[in-house]
Amino acid sequence: MKNIRNIGLVVFLIGFAVFIASLFVGTYKISEDKLKSLYDTTEKIDKGDTIAASIKKAAIELELLDKEFSNQFAFSSEISNLLNNSNASISESFAEKDGITAIEVEAIYDLAIVNGKVAYSKDVVIAVFSDNVKKQKLLIDNTSWMFNESKSYDKVDDFKKDFENKLKGINGKLGEKYFVWDNKYSRFDLVKAASNGPITDNKGLFLFLTFGLCIIGALMYILPGAILMGGPGIKNNGVYHDAATSRGWIGILAFVFLLFFYILLYFYPWLIVNWTSIVDPFKGLFIEGASASQWFLYGTLYTVSMCVMGIRMFIKYRHNRYQIVRTTSVLFFQIIFAFLLVEILPLFDLPAMDLKNAWPLDYDMFFDWNVNSHFDSGTVGIFMFVWGIVLSVIVIPVMVYFYGKRWYCSWVCGCGGLAETLGDPYRQLSDKRLITWKIERWMIYSVFLFAIIMTIFAGYHSYNEVNYPEMSSKDVLFGMSAYNIREWYGFLIGSIFAGVIGTGFYPILGNRAWCRFGCPLAAYMGIVQRFKSKFRITTNGGQCISCGNCSTYCEQGIDVRAYAQKGQNIVRSSCVGCGVCSAVCPRGVLNLENAPNTNGSRMEAPEVILGNEGLKEFLNK
Amino acid sequence: MEHVVIIGNGISGVTAARHIRKLSNKRITIISAETDYFFSRTALMYVYMGHMKFEHTQPYENWFWEKNRIELKSGFVEKVDYDSKVLSFSGRGKITYDQLILAVGSKSNKFGWPGQDLKGVQGLYSKQDLDLMEENTTEHKVERAVIVGGGLIGVEMAEMLHSRNIPVSFFVREDKFWGNVLPLKEADIIGKHLESRGIDLRFNTELKEIISDENGRVKAVVSSNGEELACQFVGLTAGVSPNIDFLKETDLETEEGIVVNQFLETNQPDVYSIGDCAQFSKPVAGRNNLEQVWYTGRIMGETVAQTICGNKLAYKPGHWFNSAKFFDIEYQTYGWVHSKLQEGETNFYWEHKDGEMCMHFVFDKASRKFLGLNTFGIRIRHEVMNRHLDADSTIDKVMEQLKDANFDPEFYRLYEDEIVAKFNVEQGTKISVKKRSWKRILGAR
Repeated sequence: MKNIRNIGLVVFLIGFAVFIASLFVGTYKISEDKLKSLYDTTEKIDKGDTIAASIKKAAIELELLDKEFSNQFAFSSEISNLLNNSNASISESFAEKDGITAIEVEAIYDLAIVNGKVAYSKDVVIAVFSDNVKKQKLLIDNTSWMFNESKSYDKVDDFKKDFENKLKGINGKLGEKYFVWDNKYSRFDLVKAASNGPITDNKGLFLFLTFGLCIIGALMYILPGAILMGGPGIKNNGVYHDAATSRGWIGILAFVFLLFFYILLYFYPWLIVNWTSIVDPFKGLFIEGASASQWFLYGTLYTVSMCVMGIRMFIKYRHNRYQIVRTTSVLFFQIIFAFLLVEILPLFDLPAMDLKNAWPLDYDMFFDWNVNSHFDSGTVGIFMFVWGIVLSVIVIPVMVYFYGKRWYCSWVCGCGGLAETLGDPYRQLSDKRLITWKIERWMIYSVFLFAIIMTIFAGYHSYNEVNYPEMSSKDVLFGMSAYNIREWYGFLIGSIFAGVIGTGFYPILGNRAWCRFGCPLAAYMGIVQRFKSKFRITTNGGQCISCGNCSTYCEQGIDVRAYAQKGQNIVRSSCVGCGVCSAVCPRGVLNLENAPNTNGSRMEAPEVILGNEGLKEFLNK
Repeated sequence: MEHVVIIGNGISGVTAARHIRKLSNKRITIISAETDYFFSRTALMYVYMGHMKFEHTQPYENWFWEKNRIELKSGFVEKVDYDSKVLSFSGRGKITYDQLILAVGSKSNKFGWPGQDLKGVQGLYSKQDLDLMEENTTEHKVERAVIVGGGLIGVEMAEMLHSRNIPVSFFVREDKFWGNVLPLKEADIIGKHLESRGIDLRFNTELKEIISDENGRVKAVVSSNGEELACQFVGLTAGVSPNIDFLKETDLETEEGIVVNQFLETNQPDVYSIGDCAQFSKPVAGRNNLEQVWYTGRIMGETVAQTICGNKLAYKPGHWFNSAKFFDIEYQTYGWVHSKLQEGETNFYWEHKDGEMCMHFVFDKASRKFLGLNTFGIRIRHEVMNRHLDADSTIDKVMEQLKDANFDPEFYRLYEDEIVAKFNVEQGTKISVKKRSWKRILGAR
């Protein structure tokens, strides 16, 4: 048994090593064929090139076309020039017709600079472009700040400098709807298209050598636990002796890997195209010949990790039916709703929506592209969007009333699902101090407020997009742009907090750092749970012996013992009802229940802990 | 301002301190020779097994004491002068008190076995014992351990050693496990459970002698059957006694423990005693004169705090209850279930077919009044059982409302129907089990 375990560990490490090494294998070469597969080859832009042809031209000029690079770092560093050059040449093809030409600039200067003084005004613009209303509007929209009452130019050179800067901006944006912007999405597409070598030639093989070996190795390590750990019962032996689960060197290595993974995934996806190529065969099961994005890779890794670690949960808690049913539930929701349906819905021209993901956790629900995507998908699309609203406004508070927020956080939520499976080895690392509870409350309600404000902006923007498409500055409210706020929220909260810190820091901060300190949905449900819910963790009279297992294993950092030793039920907005405190309690003191709040019994601490008859009689007199 | 000094920072002393602070502004000092901060000694086993770190066993964060103006002092009190009310520490230092609470706890029993002081031989009670056990089992190769004394601390030690894959031979003096407390059938379940975990359980076996190697460390034991068993660790878990050596032969009245009356007063003025070390001259009905249990220490602490703050209160614990865990079987008890049925008592016993779960009800033959319940493997609601005992419920009523008493987590298989069906067959009754009622459970609050 122990040998199977050790061999399993080796097999897993081999698979993992192949996975890491795969990033450094293969070459990168962008060819004409690949460009044609990525970009449009039909529409000739303003009687010029197609987009694909434009990029090809720029590639040739930069000596990039068909040049073989030995790694993705070198190749990708050329992309910025490639795309900017191509975009610039597209702009140029519009310059004559739609841009401000040099001759026109001279005409403006003639009228605007009189006797060495600057007299630029709206009238100047109208005079120069008397026959071209479009150009008039373009210049007025972009330079009105230069001729309004508050702006005056003392030096002609200052005026010329400002004007020329603005021109660059205007002319540089001509034809921007045909641009291929230099961002992580284009870089990813180009690097993936350019990738060659053993990985791209043997995707199936590498899928086995990485995912396959890791899964097999992990299961070989996990399954013998059914026998090695002794009979069924709570077995946390060695948790604080093990370097993996007590912030030892293994935990730190795991943390470093997770950190790198999330940073690459969110911010540098073009560097990990080989990983996405490995899962192409799997994506191909849904759409033949499809190319997997980094999000498919993430979804696959996420779901696979949950399943393998879910099996570990089934073994570890096989004596505890609450844990078994709960683990089954999170696996079901992840596999069906977060993974399969998201892949299958687009095959029916429906938005790839995770139907269980509720606002405000699903923070882009009211973003313009999401709203449009739903409204453009027929009745079903609209129904799905309305479902999203119903979920947040009706289903969630009602369910929290009856069952507590555990119905979502520990039974349905994807973040929770990963936390309860992959994160189970780390739940004891949550900080239990009182000061941490104070910090937690400040943080989580701040994020909730941020989410609400951001959604107001985004919603306003989307509303304008749908109802007033011709309006200018649809995204601006109170002088601030919804785009900016959305971007900041997405970066700080969606990517850094929820992703990098939330999961990356499992081996350091425990498995629920996002849920406890950041999740705005948790904040919302927590308020309902604390004030209007039937859920509580009942404590069993006077039986608590203050051992501390409950507090130690509470993933949300609740000092459960403090309540249990007073005989007081636990009603905390942060409790996600994982049930582990009840499982580890050696005296049967804790039980998760949904019951009425008779005589304030749900939350009050008893005056006398059950057992001291003398004191009870005295106080009752 | 009066100064209350408490010797002992366990659950008893600390509860007394907390309650005295809640009720008054007296100056409070807790003295301990064991640890700087209060910790739960019930959790020592989990520290050894790696479930927790020692810090996790401390119920209060370190700022708690200063915030509540409870002074903590490390030191060993050597002498108490009851007339001038002065405590003398070993080394130097003295401290005066207006009221003194002795909450000094227990020590492991040593009955004069030859070799009982050898290296590698120890009890398990204090933090020092935990550290010693860690040293004894990691810095020395232990191929077999022998535990002497089949009770709660013994079974915990067995579980600890088992977690380190150290084979255990368990000497039990009685003919069944925890023989003084558990009835036969329950003891049998535990015995079989321990054996299923690979424990070499030996009934009717006592320790005769511990044999030393050339370095003064244990290398073997001799049992009362004459058998010599090689081992490198011996756990002495044959009960605990009050830790009062430093108080013997003084003016304080002591026997096995410090003699106290119902108000927890000793024979010395303004000196009280609570917890493991207190011996009741008139024990509470049905209970022992020594109560070496976690929650009774807590209740004594709550009670003596009232008396010290001017409200003289007698120690009056309610209905007996307790709990324990034998490897993977949880045990709870409510009311009285003696190891042998007493006069006028009868019982009903149900066991799960897998033999790791049972419920044993004891009730009065004539009046059918419910007297007590042992439950193994099924969690039971303390409040419900306590209410039955308060109300003198009949066994029939308890059975009818058995679903109210269940405290198992959701989705667990429930056995009330099966249990009551068997009860009906044996007793010739026709009780139909009522659905769980929150109104009944929470109602009379």
